[in-house]
Amino acid sequence: MDFPVFAVLAAMLTIATPLVWAALGAVINERAGIMNLGIEGTMYAGAFCGFFAAATSGSAWFGLGAAVVAGVVAGALMALLTVTLGVNQHVAGIGITLLLVAACDFANRLLFSSGSQTITAKFDRLFAGGGIFSQYPLTYVAFLVLAPALWWVLRSSGFGLRLRAVGENPEAADAAGIPVARTRYAALILGGAMMAIGGSFLTLSLLGTFTIDIVSGRGWICIALVIFGRWKVWPVVGGALLFAVTDALQLQLAITSLFSGVPNELMIAFPYLVVIAALAIWGRGVRYPGSYLKPYRRA
Amino acid sequence: MTAPPSAAGAASSVSAASPDSSRSSPGSALAELVDITKTFGALVANDAISLSVLPGEVHALLGENGAGKSTLTRILYGLSQPDSGEIRVDGRVKRISSPADAMEAGIGMVTQEFSLVDTMTVTENLMLAGVGLGRINRAAARAKVLAAAERIGVSIDPDAIVEDLSVGQRQRVEIVKALFHDCRVLILDEPTAVLVPQDVEQLFDSIGRLTSAGMGVIFISHKLHEVTRIADRISILRRGRIVASRPAAGLEPRDIAALMVGAESVAAPVASAENETLADALATSIGLDPADLDGPSVSVGGSALPSAAIRDRSRATRATSPISEATALQITDVTLGNDGSRVLDAVTLSVRRGEILGIAGVSGNGQTELVNVLCGTLTADRGSVMVDQTEISGLDPAARIRAGFGRLTEDRKGSVIPGLSVGQNLVLEDLDRFRIGPFLNRGAVREHVQKLIERFDIRAQPGDPIRSLSGGNMQKVLLARAISRGPKALVASQPTRGLDIGACEYVYSQLRALRDEGAGVLLISEDLDELLGICDRIAVIFSGRIIGELPAADATPEALGLLMTGHDTGAADDSDAAVNA
Ligand SMILES: Nc1ncnc2c1ncn2[C@@H]1O[C@H](COP(=O)(O)OP(=O)(O)OP(=O)(O)O)[C@@H](O)[C@H]1O
Ligand SMILES: [Mg+2]
Repeated sequence: MDFPVFAVLAAMLTIATPLVWAALGAVINERAGIMNLGIEGTMYAGAFCGFFAAATSGSAWFGLGAAVVAGVVAGALMALLTVTLGVNQHVAGIGITLLLVAACDFANRLLFSSGSQTITAKFDRLFAGGGIFSQYPLTYVAFLVLAPALWWVLRSSGFGLRLRAVGENPEAADAAGIPVARTRYAALILGGAMMAIGGSFLTLSLLGTFTIDIVSGRGWICIALVIFGRWKVWPVVGGALLFAVTDALQLQLAITSLFSGVPNELMIAFPYLVVIAALAIWGRGVRYPGSYLKPYRRA
Repeated sequence: MTAPPSAAGAASSVSAASPDSSRSSPGSALAELVDITKTFGALVANDAISLSVLPGEVHALLGENGAGKSTLTRILYGLSQPDSGEIRVDGRVKRISSPADAMEAGIGMVTQEFSLVDTMTVTENLMLAGVGLGRINRAAARAKVLAAAERIGVSIDPDAIVEDLSVGQRQRVEIVKALFHDCRVLILDEPTAVLVPQDVEQLFDSIGRLTSAGMGVIFISHKLHEVTRIADRISILRRGRIVASRPAAGLEPRDIAALMVGAESVAAPVASAENETLADALATSIGLDPADLDGPSVSVGGSALPSAAIRDRSRATRATSPISEATALQITDVTLGNDGSRVLDAVTLSVRRGEILGIAGVSGNGQTELVNVLCGTLTADRGSVMVDQTEISGLDPAARIRAGFGRLTEDRKGSVIPGLSVGQNLVLEDLDRFRIGPFLNRGAVREHVQKLIERFDIRAQPGDPIRSLSGGNMQKVLLARAISRGPKALVASQPTRGLDIGACEYVYSQLRALRDEGAGVLLISEDLDELLGICDRIAVIFSGRIIGELPAADATPEALGLLMTGHDTGAADDSDAAVNA
C-alpha cells in the first residue's frame, strides 16, 4: 500500500500547532507555580473572540488581536483569584473554564442565531502546494520562534530566572527582592495570551468558523503534555507532536478500507489513549515545581 | 503595657545619643528600628523595640529561643510588616515593605532558615537578587561568585546544584549571597550555627573587613563567646522586649548570661551544684581528681562560661550507669557510592547500650548521607544496620521506628509537616497507639500531647501550626516525638544547632536521660565542645570514612581537629585499638 507519509507529517504539524501554543503557555504558568485549569476555557474564548472579531471586522489579524485580549483577560482573572485572593487553583481554573465556555456559547447563540455557518476571514497557508512546508503562519511561529524563544527565556533571561525562582521557592524569591505576585501575574497573563492564540488557530486558521465544542479537550491534553514533558520546552513540544502524529494517523487510517469495521469514536479516542499511556509510562516519579499549587503569603 | 523597664528604655536608646560611644561618627545610625511592635494573634513577638546599627559596628542581638530576634530583623529586611513603629535609614523614615525595598536601602540579610532555590545552581541563586528581565550574564556572575567566595575565604563550586550541597555548604552559599550585593547593613541571623570553627574564624575575618569599610552588621547568635569576641554592642531580648543594651567592651560571657537569664532564674545554680557533687563523687570513685576533669575544658575554642559549664556538668554525669556490652546500634560496612567516589566508605560503628557515641567531622563528609541511610530514606549499596539485634537495613522508615530506632535529623523543617499543628506532628509517628478501629481517639491524643508539651516545656499550644514555632521550640517537638516512645537507639544529628543555652542544656539532659535508661545514642555534631562534653566515645568521619575513634576522656580538640581535616594520626590509632581491645 502506498502510505502518504508526507501528508501525515504535514497534518501532524498543523494539528500540533494549537497544542504547542497552549501547552507552552501552561509551561510558563506552571513554572511560576500555578496550574491553570482555565486553559480549556481560555482556548475556547480565544477561538470564539478571534472568530467574532474577524467576522465583524473582516480581518483575520484583528481576530488574532481579539484572541490575545481574551487570553490576557482570562489570565488576569486567574491571577486575581489564585494570586491575590489565594483561591484554590483547581477550583479557580475549573470555574474559569466553565464560565468562559458557557459565556462563549451564550454569545454565539445570541450573535449567530442562525447556527454556526458564518465563515470569516482567515489566515491562509503559506507556500501553497509546498507539501509539508505548506503551513499556516502560526505553525511557523510556534515551532521556529515561540519554542526557541521560550527555551531561551527560561534558561538565559532574568525573567526566566525569576519565574523559576517564584515557582520553586517563593520565600527565597521574595527574600531576593523578586516581586512574587507580579511575576505570577505576568506568567498567567502571558500564558493566557498564548493559550488563547492556540484556541484561535482552530477558528482563524483551520476552520474559518466557530462550532460548539471546537476545543474538545485540547486544553486538558496540554495539561497532561506539560507533566509528560516535565515543564521543559522541547519535551513538551515533542509530546505535542506525539499526540498530533497519532491523531493524523488516525485521520488517515479512518479513510482507508482496512479499518472500516472499527467504530469511528474509537479511532478518535486513539490519540487520547496514547497520551494517557505515555503519561502512565513516563509520567511517574516526576518532580513538580516546588511551590506547585501553593499560594504565597508573606508571614 | 507599653513602657519598657526604665533600664531597658535608657539602654535601647543608647544608640542615638550614647555619650560613651567611642566611634568616630556617632549619632548617624545607618539604620534604626523605632518602637517596633509585632504581634501574632495574642503573642507579642516584638514589644515596642528600638534598635540601631552604626557604621562600622557589629551589633549583637541575643536572647532565648522565641524571644523575637528573627521577627525583628525580618521586619528590617521587609520580610514582615510591623503592627506599629517605623524604620529609619540614614536618619530618614523609610517604608520597607519588601526585601527589594530593603536591598535598595542598602540592607542585606542572611535568614535563619535557608532561602535558596534548591533546583538552581549556586550562581543562579546568587544572581536572583537584583536580576532584571533581560539577558543574564552567567559567565560574569560565575566569576563574581568565585571572587565573592574568595573575598570571604570560602570555597564554593558555582555550578553545583544547591540541593546536592550539605547543610553546611548551603549556609556558606547564604553568606556569600548576602555579601554578593553591595549593602551597608548586613543582618546575619545565626550564621555560625552550622559552621565549623575554622569557618567561623573566616566569617569573623570577613565581618571585620566589612565593618572596617564602614558597614554595619547585626549579628544574632546563641554562642556567647562568639558574641563577646566580635560585637561592639550587645542587645538582649527577652519575650519581645529589649532588657539590656550595652557596649560590648569588658563584657564577659558570664555577664551576658546573667543578663539573659535575668534575676528570676535560680534553677540553674542548684542543678549545677547537684551535678558538681555528683562529679566529685564520680571522679573519686574512678580515681581521678575532679580538677583534672574540669581543667582542660575551660579553654576549648576560646569559649568560656556556657559551653564549658555544660561540659563540666555533662562530664560529671558521664557513665552513671555502666556501659553494657550489648550493642544498641550496630552499623557494619555501610558503603554508598561507587569505587571512584565513595560517599560512605565501609562505615562500621557500634553504639553500646547506655552509651553516647559522637561523630565529629566537618560537614559534607558523609554525615548527612549516613543519617539518611540509618533512617531508611537512602539505600546503601552495601552493609547492615542492626538495632538491638534486629536487622533494619531492609525496612522502611516506619518499620525502623517500630523496631526501636529514633532519630533527630539536622533538617528540622524536613522532619515536620509544616501545615499540621504541633499536636498532630507530635503524634504523627505513633498513630497506631491512638486508634480505635479506623478512628483516632482524639481524647487520648489530646492528653498525650498535653503531657508532652508540659514535660518538654514546649512553648506553644497544641493547635498552633508547627511552622510558626521558633527553632528551639520546633526542636523540642521533634525531641519529644523521638524520645517519648523510648527508642533503643537514637540518632541525633546536629540536635542543638540554633538553640539557646537553656534549650541546648535541655537537649543534653534529655539525651543523657535516654542514655541512662539504657539506650544507645549516636550524636553527630560539628560542635567539639558539645561532643567532648556529652559523649562517651568520639569517632571522626572524613571523606565518608571513620578515620579514628577516641574515648572522650582522652580526646582533645586538637587531636579531633587533626582527624577532622584528614590527618590520620598514630595516636588516634593507638587509642582506637585500646578501645576495641
Ligand atoms: N508567622 C508566625 N506566626 C505565628 N507566630 C510566629 C510567627 N513567626 C514567629 N512567631 C512566634 O514569635 C515568637 C518569636 O519568634 P522568633 O522567630 O522571632 O524568635 P527568635 O528569637 O528568632 O528565636 P530563635 O532563637 O529560636 O530563632 C515565637 O514565639 C514564634 O513562635
Ligand atoms: Mg530566630
